[in-house]
Amino acid sequence: MKSTGKVTGIVSNLVTVETDGPVSQNELCFVTSGGVRLMAEVIKVTGKTASIQVFESTRGLKNGDAVEFEGRMLEATLGPGLLSSCYDGLQNDLTTMTGVFLRKGEYTSPLDHDRLWDFTPIAKPGDKVVAADWLGEVKEGWLPHKIMVPFSFEGEYTVKSVTEAGQYTIDTVIAVLTDEKGEDVNVTMTQKWPVKVAIKGYREKPRPNRIMETGVRVIDTLDPIAEGGTGFIPGPFGCGKTVLQHAIAKQGDAQVIVMAACGERANEVVEIFTEFPELIDPHTGRHLMERTTIICNTSNMPVAAREASVYTAMTICEYYRAMGLKVLLLADSTSRWAQALREMSNRMEELPGADAFPVDLSAIISSFYARAGMVVLNNGQTGSVTFIGTVSPAGGNLKEPVTESTKKAARCFYALEQNRADKKRYPAVNPIDSYSKYLEYPEIQEYLSEKVAPGWVEMVEKTKNIIRRGKEANEQINILGDDGVPMSYHELFWKSELIDFIILQQDAFDPVDSLTPMDRQRYMLELVLDICDREFTFDDYEKCRDAFKELINLLKQMNYSEFMSENFMKYRAELDAELQKLTSAAEAA
Amino acid sequence: MKRKAFQKIYTQLEGITKATVSLKASGVSNDELATVDGRLAQVVKTKGETVTLQIFGGTEGIPTDAEVVFLGSAPTLKVSDELAGRFFNAYGEPIDGGPEIEGDEREIGGPSVNPYKRRQPSQLIPTGIAGIDLNNTIVSGQKIPFFADPDQPYNNVMAQVALRADVDKIILGGMGLSNDDYLYFRHEFERAGALDKIISFVNTTEQPPVERLLIPDMALTAAEYFAVDKNEKVLVLLTDMTLYADALSIVSNRMDQIPSKDSMPGSLYSDLAKIYEKAVQLPDGGSITIIAVTTLNDGDITHAIPDNTGYITEGQLYLRADPDSGKVIIDPFRSLSRLKQLVIGKQTREDHNQVMNTGVRLYADAQNAKTKLENGFDLSDYDLRCLDFAKEYATRLLAIDVNISIDEMLDTAWELFGKYFTKAETGIKQSLADKYWKN
Repeated sequence: MKSTGKVTGIVSNLVTVETDGPVSQNELCFVTSGGVRLMAEVIKVTGKTASIQVFESTRGLKNGDAVEFEGRMLEATLGPGLLSSCYDGLQNDLTTMTGVFLRKGEYTSPLDHDRLWDFTPIAKPGDKVVAADWLGEVKEGWLPHKIMVPFSFEGEYTVKSVTEAGQYTIDTVIAVLTDEKGEDVNVTMTQKWPVKVAIKGYREKPRPNRIMETGVRVIDTLDPIAEGGTGFIPGPFGCGKTVLQHAIAKQGDAQVIVMAACGERANEVVEIFTEFPELIDPHTGRHLMERTTIICNTSNMPVAAREASVYTAMTICEYYRAMGLKVLLLADSTSRWAQALREMSNRMEELPGADAFPVDLSAIISSFYARAGMVVLNNGQTGSVTFIGTVSPAGGNLKEPVTESTKKAARCFYALEQNRADKKRYPAVNPIDSYSKYLEYPEIQEYLSEKVAPGWVEMVEKTKNIIRRGKEANEQINILGDDGVPMSYHELFWKSELIDFIILQQDAFDPVDSLTPMDRQRYMLELVLDICDREFTFDDYEKCRDAFKELINLLKQMNYSEFMSENFMKYRAELDAELQKLTSAAEAA
Repeated sequence: MKRKAFQKIYTQLEGITKATVSLKASGVSNDELATVDGRLAQVVKTKGETVTLQIFGGTEGIPTDAEVVFLGSAPTLKVSDELAGRFFNAYGEPIDGGPEIEGDEREIGGPSVNPYKRRQPSQLIPTGIAGIDLNNTIVSGQKIPFFADPDQPYNNVMAQVALRADVDKIILGGMGLSNDDYLYFRHEFERAGALDKIISFVNTTEQPPVERLLIPDMALTAAEYFAVDKNEKVLVLLTDMTLYADALSIVSNRMDQIPSKDSMPGSLYSDLAKIYEKAVQLPDGGSITIIAVTTLNDGDITHAIPDNTGYITEGQLYLRADPDSGKVIIDPFRSLSRLKQLVIGKQTREDHNQVMNTGVRLYADAQNAKTKLENGFDLSDYDLRCLDFAKEYATRLLAIDVNISIDEMLDTAWELFGKYFTKAETGIKQSLADKYWKN
């Protein structure tokens, strides 16, 4: 028997309900208003009164309207067909909705129930299996999509039968398992999982031991993110958060990408819809959309579903991780999610924490980030969820609750800076404030030495040091004046500018410059550091400036040219000639 | 507001605050309209039998035995082609002496467009102002505010932009407009002979502040009629959104909500987003573009209103008085149009992107030189050239009184680069410099 109830109070999307039976925290329910059923979630229970947050506009709702409780939490539907889909925060398929406007109470199925998939069995009758073990696979685009023992199955099962290879719909029974009591259970290609609970079903969660390339120099070279790692990008508006995140989505070396557009602009999602189907994944040569799932709950969509959207996205990521795939989750922006929590907490008249955010904000954020990570599956293979979230700090001030809580949870920090954005130095990542804790991991250091270049981490440290010293030199120049400091200060400053213009700055809209593979990053960093190692002798600071501007110009032309192409080598030759001139001038002096 | 037969009338108020009243009533739905002592009100909260109503006109003089009549629906606007050329108040009633509008009655503040059904904005809206067209190009379907101090001529700039823009309808939502500004808009629209494509919803400072809360939804419901039903290109002007947000905070304060930053309601972001996100490029060719004004307190953009606005809108246009050129300019550093990349170099000349970036970078160098000068240091030859460049750049391109085509803007920029700098100093891609460089 499901519980039911009646509406007794309404403030915006917080509704109180008088219940006639047991209800549980986070249980789903439906409110019937004017013939339309609206989805809602229990967020607080006091005696017989349940407070529910309605995922839709509550306009027209009345006291006395009927509520039915569902006896389950908000769940994600998992199965083949998730990729290249576009969902709202509650996993309704936006592409199959009719009409230009979102209609209240219109819910659509996340997966296509008629589509046939090419199924190949993996498990054999007699195999002992547990939750998340692979029973078979279908080809989803070019990815092997594993059909697994549902995550909700407890204990060990024996495979009784697996359907032979062939074409089936997702609702077809593809395996029969026998549980420890001897009872048979059917398994189809689809399963459900409550989004707020992390999917387990793996053997262990080791420390990340390799980096995930993004093609963005300021990340890969200076502060790389590990595969299975976590990072966040805080920044005031207009600093290029979204451009940076889209660049990572386009270029990131992952097999599956889930983008959660959480409380952000609808046109940004439209940009993804419009561009991604055209774009090619640089790693596989396939269409980008084939590996991408979009969860979008834009800022004008109901606030309560905003919170659900990040959990739905994470659940889909964990599902693909259990197949042994490299998954990347991008959430833009986690601040909007926190604000959704604040709006609710506020309406429930809870005692507020800092900036009126709920007091458990920090705990909620860190347990969400903890769901990312690399895992070793039961069969010994690995899968990973790398998570990068953006944060939109109020007033661009990083001393605010969401940024501070996230800083405790995430291992990489990419600080976008207003000052750099004002100067159009994009991506506006501040190289001094930003960090990657992964550079301190011995296993990552080893990986970089082996895969990129011996002693790579030392080179990166050296680069950062030149940037720091260049900044100090610049401050001195600004205080004491161009003539008030020794020439070496000017040289130091311009060496840091060289790194800034050539390594840090990158044109996200240029087809060549936007994506820099690791071997090219290595080539350019070595080239730039070689210049920084040289001692020059300039007569005056203007000569120093002109010389470096010329070097920067040539190196920039190299960045814009196809790697190792004729043009690229032409500029390289010009650069060498220029350097030769400068060095011989130094020797003559 | 018309009464219907057999309506239940309540005459016992339980509580009155400056903006709300509460009473015991049944069968009331959320967001429903009511009249209290003849004034329009809306249901904002129900708790058990108690209903809280927000009175748009303020509660001054309302007695506890006031007559309360529930009207059975959320606020509506009658839409038809008759709207064109008319002036209305916040309730959608004509204030120009003309007849009532006949048409389809629609609830205001309706549902959002399915993001999947949107199209990517792609039509450039030229304004003739280089600070906008060259550096911060506006695209149809975009939402962008002017950030301006109260003493800047933002309403004039907005009126100019509106009248130059190539659109089918212009809808003005005026919130807390001074009577003078209202008459200014009216006069400008009449003078341009554009009255037949303009619709205005106006709340002046003489009217109660809470009424303002209806203005954006009224304006956008009219906009949706023309954009969705008629496939027209609609430009919506909203001024001043800061006063709208102030009205929000008055209401939430009266409802005992815990304020967040700057005593604004915690839902400010969602409230503003619901308005701005109505900007849309529709699949059948219609579009809604929103240009708004957010006035700042002494240039402070970290205040909750401009801050939340910045996160919602697709950029911002920053007005600033420039002492060097003596003009009001569109600040190239803090201004941004996020959608400009959709049209730059696609609907404009190939050199647009590089010219834009180079101009702004050199202008930044000039600011550094200025700092040096102010600190009493000698300036290098390059610094001096930067300063001269900056002055001419501000006068001929950034000033809001410029009115030239985009090609002319680009040519002017190349002329200035050639006049003050060498090719290497500009760092422009070789192929473009070879083609466009002017000596």
